[in-house]
Amino acid sequence: MTDIASPAAGFVRRVDITSDAAQARVRARYRAERRFRAYGLISLAVAAVFLVVLIADIVRKGLPAFMHHSLVLDVAVPADLVPPQSRNDPIAIRSADYFPVTRDALKAAIPNIEGRGAERTLTRLLSTGAADGLRDMIVADPALIGQTVKVPLLLSANADLYYKGVGTPIIAGFGRGIATPSGTNGEITVLTSANDFADTLVSIKKDLAERARLVSLEAERLDRVRSQDLTARVKELREEAAGYRARVDQPKIEEVLDATLPSYLVAINGGLVKITKLSDIGITGDVLIPLASPADANAGDWKLVTYVTPESNRKATDQEVAFLERFKETGAVERRLNTLFFIAGDSREPELAGIRGALMGSALTLCITLALCLPIGVLAAIYLEEFAPKNRLTDLIEVNINNLAAVPSIVFGLLGLAMFLNFMGLPRSAPLVGGLVLALLVLPTIIIASRAALKAVPPSIKEAALGVGASHQQAVFHHLLPLAMPGIMTGTIIGMAHALGETAPLLMIGMIAFIVDVPKGFTEAATVLPVQIYLWSDLPEPAFQYKTAAAIMVLLVFLFVMNGMAIWLRKKFERRW
Amino acid sequence: MAGYYFLTLAVLVLIGFFLGRYRASAVATAAGGRAVLHSLPAYHGLFTVAAVFVPMLLVFAIGAPVIGRLANSAALSHFSPDVAADDLQRGVVLRDVLNLVAGQFSGTPSADLRKAADSYAAALAWGNWLLYGSGTALGVLAMLLSLGRISTTFRARNKFERVVVVVLALCATVAILTTIGIVFSVLYETIRFFFDPSLKGRPTVTDFLFGTEWNPQAALRADQGDIKTAFGFIPLLTGTLLITAIALLVAGPLGLFSAVYLSEYATPRVRAIAKPILEILAGIPTVVLGFFAALTVAPLIRGWGETFGLNVASESALAAGLVMGMMIIPFISSLSDDVINAVPQSLRDGAYALGATKSEAIKQVVLPAALPGIVSAFMLAISRAIGETMIVVMAAGLAANLTFNPLDAVTTITVQIKTILVGDQEFDSAKTLAAFALGFVLFFVTLMLNVIALHIVRRYREQYD
Repeated sequence: MTDIASPAAGFVRRVDITSDAAQARVRARYRAERRFRAYGLISLAVAAVFLVVLIADIVRKGLPAFMHHSLVLDVAVPADLVPPQSRNDPIAIRSADYFPVTRDALKAAIPNIEGRGAERTLTRLLSTGAADGLRDMIVADPALIGQTVKVPLLLSANADLYYKGVGTPIIAGFGRGIATPSGTNGEITVLTSANDFADTLVSIKKDLAERARLVSLEAERLDRVRSQDLTARVKELREEAAGYRARVDQPKIEEVLDATLPSYLVAINGGLVKITKLSDIGITGDVLIPLASPADANAGDWKLVTYVTPESNRKATDQEVAFLERFKETGAVERRLNTLFFIAGDSREPELAGIRGALMGSALTLCITLALCLPIGVLAAIYLEEFAPKNRLTDLIEVNINNLAAVPSIVFGLLGLAMFLNFMGLPRSAPLVGGLVLALLVLPTIIIASRAALKAVPPSIKEAALGVGASHQQAVFHHLLPLAMPGIMTGTIIGMAHALGETAPLLMIGMIAFIVDVPKGFTEAATVLPVQIYLWSDLPEPAFQYKTAAAIMVLLVFLFVMNGMAIWLRKKFERRW
Repeated sequence: MAGYYFLTLAVLVLIGFFLGRYRASAVATAAGGRAVLHSLPAYHGLFTVAAVFVPMLLVFAIGAPVIGRLANSAALSHFSPDVAADDLQRGVVLRDVLNLVAGQFSGTPSADLRKAADSYAAALAWGNWLLYGSGTALGVLAMLLSLGRISTTFRARNKFERVVVVVLALCATVAILTTIGIVFSVLYETIRFFFDPSLKGRPTVTDFLFGTEWNPQAALRADQGDIKTAFGFIPLLTGTLLITAIALLVAGPLGLFSAVYLSEYATPRVRAIAKPILEILAGIPTVVLGFFAALTVAPLIRGWGETFGLNVASESALAAGLVMGMMIIPFISSLSDDVINAVPQSLRDGAYALGATKSEAIKQVVLPAALPGIVSAFMLAISRAIGETMIVVMAAGLAANLTFNPLDAVTTITVQIKTILVGDQEFDSAKTLAAFALGFVLFFVTLMLNVIALHIVRRYREQYD
């Protein structure tokens, strides 16, 4: 007995688990355990953070595009806009020229503007579609002809962006001395009795010194690269810095302003003067908004205004900012829901562009897709699951479906281009072809989902049906299919959501054309929402970037609704057998 | 015309169904009750429907293209045979004829064109009436014949069910037809690209596969020196591989760790939060990710690069690769999750019994056991990254640089396909066909990856089932 109980020494490895070394090893192993666990959590957190940042970024960019600013102005509709005899003819009213009417209303809002440049700047603040709102109003109520009406006029995208905060911070301070303007329009001088502009002069010199420092730093950085191509550039930068320094050091009282410095203006007697030259006690400048009178202004009655962002660093010029600020002061600016975004087709003008055409195109395309791939997918799944003989052909079909699900979507686009457009001669850019291509694309998804749903129904149901004398097909179509339907629907909705977001294959079949009209039929040229997003994202205007993000928000809402519906269906009809 | 045809078809189908059902019931009543019928009356109706529907559909499917072709040749007979021989001219003439017939022709048509339009319209009208007449006659005839066969012993249900099985099988073959369609459409143009002697500037296969310069534009201009080097595939391959590698470096560890965490550690509550997040991430359209990559991630990387004194291209491979990696995380994670869950619990229990901690069991037992599945998940992820289009179209560049620097701009196969095929295309230029050759390479590579990966998954599943 004892021989067996105590095995020969040398076969047993004695491990002292109480020693410090062993305990340290155990602690190290548990640390490794915790680290490993943390890696998993961190990975999930990275994915979550990415998703949150992505959505937050898009919402931040997209939300402003859902609002748009309009100018509410008193518009005098001239009596001779439409000849009196055709007042009741909607076509005559519609074809009248409304642009001069809106232009005159704008001029009346800021009177006495001199110079074609300033006038053009003023009219450009309005969208090219601004007159359309007025036109619709007059067509709806021809009695307004000859009257003065308050009309919201659509602002251009740049003006709208300015009101959304893509402009410049503005600082204003009251003057301390008595200011004397030399005129009301054109280039004038304004002199003050106190050293009102001394502080400004100091801050300009400070700006110049800072600029000199930055430019020479950049010159040193480039110099260190020691590249032959850069020597000329380095020299240029050094000279520029020296120029700035000379201006800082110069005791010269007067400083000439340029577009790279903040803009300084004087608001006096209801007008606005942009300073071009300035000294401690007076300025020379161009009038942006005409003064009401050349009278002296007392201390506290005039202001020194600063547009902090230099003119060269922003989209809106000083003249535009002056006009836009004036409109804001008079309360003419109104912020309203950008309904045009939902009811208009595409346009070259950001403020007139909408997603209605793209939404309609997506709807038409998805109709075709659904009509094709739901019946074909479900019937194919039924065949493979219930009726297919187990042979090599069936095997091939199965492997093929799994492979097809992983073929890049752009290849389906090539198929559509070569087969449907070139071989069959179907129309380019049409929802019909788009729907066909997407149907082929999502067919594997739907077949796979439908087969899984059919498989999930317990065989006892089918066997019971067969037992009471149903034929195989009766058992499948009367009993199996209805029970598998929720699962099939869930798969179909997810497939449709996939099709809604698909872009690449549709580019191949020409659904990328610029189409202004909202498509009405399956063979008309159309575009879809994701392609519209792609088209807009490529445009240089900043306003289109906001539109793109807004269109993405609409797309994501549709996708969330569809996926939510699928989850709801799954939850509601899910059965545990 | 097609509308009237299918309206008639629908009406005949409805009439057939009700007549068939009624007649079967009448036959049954005459013979002494429903029980004497072999099939239910509705099946007799359905059999009649199939008898009407199938021949009428076949007549239309065969007749309509034939009539279109006849009408085209009737129109072209008014022009010289050269016009019919030349694809481009024929297209122009036929479009003019169509516009003239539709009354949308702008300008004054020539006498020939007018005559052509007249005979086109006449041929079409004549053919359509013939089609309509023959189709309807055949439908009515088929209906009468099948109604005549109704009797108590007629096996209507079995016959109808045989038709249904054929329809089901046809639906299942759509998937195969799609694959065949893909192969034919890319292969045909690819063969033309390499071997069509009438094609100007076409490269040889070796030039294409091993050329280091990609510039499809050059082939259009004769004054450019060595035209053949314009279709070198290597820069596109390296660009694609670079972006794919970046994406996989991001998505590989993150996806795998998330899968391990979700399947081994996560409490039901964490799963309930994390799973939907990954699903949402997977459902975000790639055009949205491309927008994010191009307008947010790329400037960010450029900014960081500048603070470190690095020169980053505004369309760097890094930005596209990072965002693509984010796209792939859910993909790798859900596939790996499945294979990790498929590892039998007994293997884990064995490891625990030997004193392994949870992470040791995972690292030394579970992951090696799941390795084939994980490898196939990575292969599917690679195939998806290679075929991804919108992210690279929007965030990667067009310049075909042969570089492995992730901060440079590179281009990919999909970007080039999209760039070549969007816009004007003529199907006899080497440039357009090059896109199909690229498409062929893409299809072939992804197909290989998918076949191998799916094969591994299948074998691996059998191993544990």
